[in-house]
Amino acid sequence: MSLEKRVLVLFAHPSLERSEVNHDLLNATRSVEGVTLIDLYAEYPSFRIDIDCEQQRLRDHDVVVFMFPLYWYSTPAILKEWQDLVLEYGFAYGHEGTELQGKWFLCAFTAGGRESAYREQGHNHYNIRELLRPLEQTATLCGMHYLPPFGLFGARSALEEGRVAAHVEGWRRLLGQLRTGELEPRRAREFEQLQHYLEQAEVTQ
Amino acid sequence: MTGYLLSAFIYLCAACIAVPVAKRLGLGSVLGYLVAGVVIGPVLGLVGSETTEIQHFAEFGVVMMLFLVGLELEPRMLWTMRTRLLGLGGLQVLATSALFAGAALLLGLGWRQAIAIGLLLSLSSTAIVLQTFSEKGLGGTEGGRSAFSVLLFQDIAVIPMLALIPLLAAPGLLSDSDHGAGHGELSLVAHLDGWAYALVVVGAVAAVIGVGHFLSRPLFRFVAETGLREAFTATTLALVIGIAVLMSLVGLSPALGTFLAGVVLATSEFRHELETDIEPFKGLLLGLFFITVGAGIQFPVLQENLAVVLGLTAGVMLVKGLILFGLAMLFGIRRSNGWLFALSLAQAGEFGFVLLSYSQQNHVLEGELVSVLALVVALSMFLTPLLFILYDALVMPRYEDNSGQREADHIDSRGPVIVAGSGRFGQVVNRLLRANNIGTVVLDRNPAQVQNLRNVKIPSYFGDATRPDLLHSAGIEEASLFVVAIDDRAQAVELVKHLKHAHPKLPVLVRAFDRLHHYELEDVGADFVVYEAYHSALEMGTEALRRLGYHPFRAEKLRVAFDEQERRGRAKLYEAWREKSEGEKYGTTHTELYIQLNETMAQIMRADRDDGHTRLERGWTPPPRGYSDKLADVDPDAGGSGGA
Repeated sequence: MSLEKRVLVLFAHPSLERSEVNHDLLNATRSVEGVTLIDLYAEYPSFRIDIDCEQQRLRDHDVVVFMFPLYWYSTPAILKEWQDLVLEYGFAYGHEGTELQGKWFLCAFTAGGRESAYREQGHNHYNIRELLRPLEQTATLCGMHYLPPFGLFGARSALEEGRVAAHVEGWRRLLGQLRTGELEPRRAREFEQLQHYLEQAEVTQ
Repeated sequence: MTGYLLSAFIYLCAACIAVPVAKRLGLGSVLGYLVAGVVIGPVLGLVGSETTEIQHFAEFGVVMMLFLVGLELEPRMLWTMRTRLLGLGGLQVLATSALFAGAALLLGLGWRQAIAIGLLLSLSSTAIVLQTFSEKGLGGTEGGRSAFSVLLFQDIAVIPMLALIPLLAAPGLLSDSDHGAGHGELSLVAHLDGWAYALVVVGAVAAVIGVGHFLSRPLFRFVAETGLREAFTATTLALVIGIAVLMSLVGLSPALGTFLAGVVLATSEFRHELETDIEPFKGLLLGLFFITVGAGIQFPVLQENLAVVLGLTAGVMLVKGLILFGLAMLFGIRRSNGWLFALSLAQAGEFGFVLLSYSQQNHVLEGELVSVLALVVALSMFLTPLLFILYDALVMPRYEDNSGQREADHIDSRGPVIVAGSGRFGQVVNRLLRANNIGTVVLDRNPAQVQNLRNVKIPSYFGDATRPDLLHSAGIEEASLFVVAIDDRAQAVELVKHLKHAHPKLPVLVRAFDRLHHYELEDVGADFVVYEAYHSALEMGTEALRRLGYHPFRAEKLRVAFDEQERRGRAKLYEAWREKSEGEKYGTTHTELYIQLNETMAQIMRADRDDGHTRLERGWTPPPRGYSDKLADVDPDAGGSGGA
C-alpha cells in the first residue's frame, strides 16, 4: 500500500465560535497536503445538503473522516442529515450501491467527559467504541473498512491542562499515516481507540 | 476688484503648487501652506501689508475647525477614552505648559507672557501627526492610539485657552477696551456692570445650546426638504457665522461658541451633512491662515536670532519629548509604542500659531518675541518628518521581534457597515447588524424618515449617499461593508458603479427591485444582490401550501426545490439578458424584454420539472420493499436493515 490516499474530512461543529480545541485541529487538518476539509455547517447553514456534490466528493477520496464534538453520544445533527441524504440506496448500499466499498472510515471526536466516565463503571456506562456502534455498522454495511475512533476526552479543560498541543500533533501524525497508507486497518480494528493502536505501533518499531 | 482677484489668484496658486509638493515629500499639507506663504511673502514679495488683514479673516477657519471638532465628539467615545484622555492628555498639557512657563519666567518675561508661551508650546500638531499616522498605518498601534487621545485633549483644551488669553492682557494695554472683548468693535456688553455681563454671557451660551438642540433641527429639516443642496450649505454657514457673531458681541471666543454648537449637533441626524458642507470652507480658510503665517515670517528676525531660534526649537522638542516619554513610562506604554508616542508629539502645532496671533491681538505678546516664537513653532513642525524617520530607522529595528504585537493591535479596528437608505428594507438590515453590536452608519435623504428612525432610537443621518464627499465623512475609507437599499433604482445602479470604481475592495450588498434591476446591478459589479420581495413571497407561498393541507416539512421541501430551480434559472436568464441588451439595446423596450425573459424562465421550469420531481423525491428515500430480507439471505452477519 504505497499509493497516496486522498483524505476527506467532513467537519461538523454547530458552535465553532465557542470551541477551544477545534480551531487548532482545523488548522492542523488544513496544513496536511492531500486532505480535503469540508465544514458542513458553513457549507449548508440551512441543512440544504447538495446530494450530488457530496456523493462526488466521496467518489474522489479514499478515506472518509467524520470530525465532530460528541453531542448526546452521537454526531451533531447535520452529520446525521448528511448520512440520511447522501448514503442513498443504489449509491452507498444495496445491490448496485458499491461506490464506497474498500474505502476507510473513521470518527475524530472531542468529548466533554473524562475518559474514565466512558467505562462500564463510569457514569456514561459504555466506552466510546461501543457508543459509536451505529456509525461502525453504517460503514460496514457500505463495505468500508471501519477504523476505531480518534478522540480527545475532557475537552472542556484540555486547554488549561495543556493537553491540546499533543492531541493536535497526534492528529497531524495520524493524517500523515492515513495519507501514506502506513496504517493497517485490520490490526487497528482490534483497539478501542486509534490512539492505542498508534502508541503500540510506535513501541513495536 | 481686480486687486482682490489678483491676491486671491496668487494665494491659490502658491497653495496648489506647494501643498502637493510638500505632501509628496511627506511633510504634510500644513507645512506646504507655510512654505507657500514664505515664498509669496518674504521671498518673492508678491504679497505685503494686506496679510494681517487676511489673517484675521482666515482665522475664521479655526472657528470652523472647532465646530468640526465638536461635531466629531461623541460622548460615548469620550467616555471609553476617559483614562487616556484625561490622564495622558491632561498631564501632558499641564506639565508641558508649567515647564515652559517656568522657563519663560527664568528668562525674565512677565508671568502673563510666560503663561501664554507655556500654553501655546504645549500643543502638538494634530494635522501633521494624524496624517502621518494614517500614511504609515500606525493609527491602530498602542502608541498611535495614545497619541490620538493626547491630540484630542489638546484640541479641546484650546477652547479654554482661547478664553483665557484675553484675561492675560496686560492692564496698561487693556485700558481702551473693556473686558478685552474687542478693539473698538461692535459690542453688546461694553457698558454693562459685572453681574449684568455675567448674565448676558450665561444667556448667550444657553442660547447657543438651545438653538443647537431645539431650533436647528426643525430648521435643517425644513431646508433639507426643499432638496436644494446649496440652501443647506447656506443654512450651515449661517448657523456657524451667526454663533460666532453672537459670541463676539458678548465678548466670548467665537471658537468656544461654535465648538459648543458642534457638540450639541454631534448626535443630530444632520451631522455628516454638516461636516461635508463645512469641511471645504474650513480647509480653504485654514490653508489661507497658514499661508499668511508663512508670509508674515520676518526674515531679518531669523537672521539676527538664528542661534536663539535654533536653540529654542531644539530645547522645546527635547523637553516635550522627555515629558511624553515620562508619561509613556507612567502609563505603561512600553517598547516601540513608548518611543512612537514620545517622538510623534514632540513638535509644536498649528494651534500654537492660532494662540500666538490671538495673543498678539490681545496685546499679551508683542513685537520680536512673536516672530521668534512663530519661527520656533514652524521649525519644530518642519522637523517632525525627521522624527518619524528617526523612529523608522532607529527604534523599529530594535523591536523587530515584537512585530507580532503590532499586528494584534489592528484586530479590533474593524470598520463600520454603511447602510444607504433606511426605508422598510435597509431598516431591517440595520437592526440585525445593530442587535449584534456591529457599528453601522445609516444614511437617508428623506429627513422625515430619518426623524422617524431616530424616534425609535435607530441612529441615522440625513444625507444623499450618492455624494462621494458625504460617503467620505461617513467613513467609507474604514468601512468594512456597504449595503445599498435606496429607493431610486437608477441611483442605486449609479452608486454601486461609483463604489466599485472608487473602492474596489469594499464588498457591496444591494437590494434589487426586480429581475431587470438585479441584472443591471450585477453588471456594474455588485457583490451580492437580493430581490426585494422574493423571499417574503416564497414564505407566503409556503404558507399557502401548508394551509392547503401539505405537511409543513413537505411544504418546506417544495419551497427549497422551487428556490433551487429559480437560482439555477437566474444564471441562464442573466446570460440571455446580456446578449439581448447588448444586441438590441435600443430596439427592444423594457416590457418586451421582460416578457421574453419570463417566457424563457417558464421554459426552464418546465424542462426542470420532470427532473425536478425526482430531485424533490430524493433524500430520506426508503430502500425497495423486501430489500433487507434479501440482504439477510446474502450475509447473515450484516444484521438487518442498517441503511434503511
